[in-house]
Amino acid sequence: MPQRTVTIASSVGLHARPAALFVEAAQGTGLDVEIGRAGEEAVDATSILGVMALGAKHGEEVILTADGDGADAALESLVALLSRDLDAEEG
Amino acid sequence: MSGDTRHGVGVSPGTAVGPVVQVAPPVRPPDDEPAPADAEAATAQIQAALATVAGDLDAQAAANAHAAPILKATAMIARDKGLAKAAAKHVGAGLGPAHAIEAAVAEYAAQFEALGGYFAERVTDLKDVGDRAIAEVLGVPAPGVPSLSGPSVVVAHDLAPAQTAALDRAHVVAIVTEAGGRTSHTAILAAQMGIPAVVQLHGATSLEPGTTVAVDGEAGEVTLDPDMALLEAQRERRERRAAALAGVSGPGATRDGHAVALLANIGGVDDAVAAGAQDVEGVGLFRTEFLYLSATALPSVEEQADVYRKVLEPFGSRRVVVRTLDAGADKPLAFANLGEEENPALGRRGLRLCQAKPELIDSQLAALALAARDTGADVRVMAPMVATAEEAAWFASRVAAAGLPKSGVMIEVPAAALRSRHVLAEVDFGSLGTNDLAQYTMAADRMEGELSDLLDPWQPAVLDVVAAACAGGSETGRPVGVCGESAGDPFLALVLAGLGVSSLSMAPKKVAAVRFALSLHSLEECRALADTARAARSAADAREAVRAAASPELTAVL
Repeated sequence: MPQRTVTIASSVGLHARPAALFVEAAQGTGLDVEIGRAGEEAVDATSILGVMALGAKHGEEVILTADGDGADAALESLVALLSRDLDAEEG
Repeated sequence: MSGDTRHGVGVSPGTAVGPVVQVAPPVRPPDDEPAPADAEAATAQIQAALATVAGDLDAQAAANAHAAPILKATAMIARDKGLAKAAAKHVGAGLGPAHAIEAAVAEYAAQFEALGGYFAERVTDLKDVGDRAIAEVLGVPAPGVPSLSGPSVVVAHDLAPAQTAALDRAHVVAIVTEAGGRTSHTAILAAQMGIPAVVQLHGATSLEPGTTVAVDGEAGEVTLDPDMALLEAQRERRERRAAALAGVSGPGATRDGHAVALLANIGGVDDAVAAGAQDVEGVGLFRTEFLYLSATALPSVEEQADVYRKVLEPFGSRRVVVRTLDAGADKPLAFANLGEEENPALGRRGLRLCQAKPELIDSQLAALALAARDTGADVRVMAPMVATAEEAAWFASRVAAAGLPKSGVMIEVPAAALRSRHVLAEVDFGSLGTNDLAQYTMAADRMEGELSDLLDPWQPAVLDVVAAACAGGSETGRPVGVCGESAGDPFLALVLAGLGVSSLSMAPKKVAAVRFALSLHSLEECRALADTARAARSAADAREAVRAAASPELTAVL
């Protein structure tokens, strides 16, 4: 299954606005996407509660996995998203 | 003839009229909720309820740009597959739909609370979704404030901070609650908005929605179906009040010219911009917590200085009194958490936290010094939760090391008030935080609504402690101000001036009435009112005696 490792760039970690943006993007892929830490059980990346409960902090490494058609492209776009400081962007 | 007039406690003056809009309380699942006969149907019912809740939240977000981000994020929680799945699992284990939702919410809430900091704060949103979904499956009105279509009198058992986030401020003309007290969230919110509020109105929550009521926030009266004569009298009083308050402006002073500076309480950049445009002599309390509470790491000195410049600029050469970080176990910092405490109000908070983590205060003072230098503002810093002269001296040395010209202490611990002679000798000024001072003098938790009578700032014991602080100020030649809500009560402001307080800091909307009250009385009269208040046996007696002895011109318009 395609998999990527990425460091959380958002200065506040993966909660609030960054978490909401990430979950919306994950839902937008239409695929089963999971996010988790190395060696721990991953959570459903399309669940805001799951992603928030993960509690990923700024600078922490997370592993994304996806399955299905276009999984590689979907993961690339999600990696790009997590590599930006989403909280610093106005919107 | 006007209908029924009910009496409560007026906590924010002024009069207003409008239809009652009831804020429904959250409902708990009934104890006798039966186990679901058909698990699939119960699960479908839960899914439908969550979808309805999400739709309602989206609709509210569309109607309320200010609160839209919070409401949209909350709608996302309601749509979460995980929440519906967790609830379905509890249905499978034999719980009815309402209990299943409650159990699913409790599971996630426990996870968030374990993460602490910002995540723990999101528990409120999650519980809000749960409460709404429970109301939906039970077929009762959604808890919280319904969307308002015109001027409305908002009526509730008590207003929680979370409920007021979505309150459409443009349409709320008055607030009435069944519970609450003078220092409750309702009173503070109404004062900020400059609208009348009455708390402790018996039977408030059973007022029929849509009933027209006239609210008198000074007398604490709510009249059902008021007649034209009453409405006309209230309208006249509003006009008299507006004319009287508009008649005085500029620096605060008693009738005989004794200066009492009138200052604003602010908590962020928006507040600063709004208050800077008002007729105030500066800021008497700038709460700095907003910069730190949502941060996961201590912001850099330059980041802090940027924000401070924006806060200082609107005030030009006017004074800005900055309270250094007042965090602790009740307002935990993600990056400086000293751990859970049994009793956070009495724990390592305020200056005590900063003594444990001096890097916090040093970086804050460095940032303030930078911002003060760049803006030329008259910055004066003060420390919260000071109890002893040693603590005051420690703080003063940090402030001097940072190159800031003036240091002060909050006087909110009775120990500091009683020993103000020694505490104030270490610094340049003192500022009485009367809300916490009342909490610590009366041993009554500010968060405990049932104890609000004990927290009344008119409590003679609290006035005695204020008097002790002022005596130390006068002995050492250090000015003592007040920055609690009590400074904004026009009658209490007279008493405080009489006790020797030299500045009063409050929500900017309250300044005009206090300025007017001072202008009607001489310093000697204020001293006599202070004696009257301290001679009283109870808070209610003190308030009544001062009202009766104050200028009739003041009572006629408030």
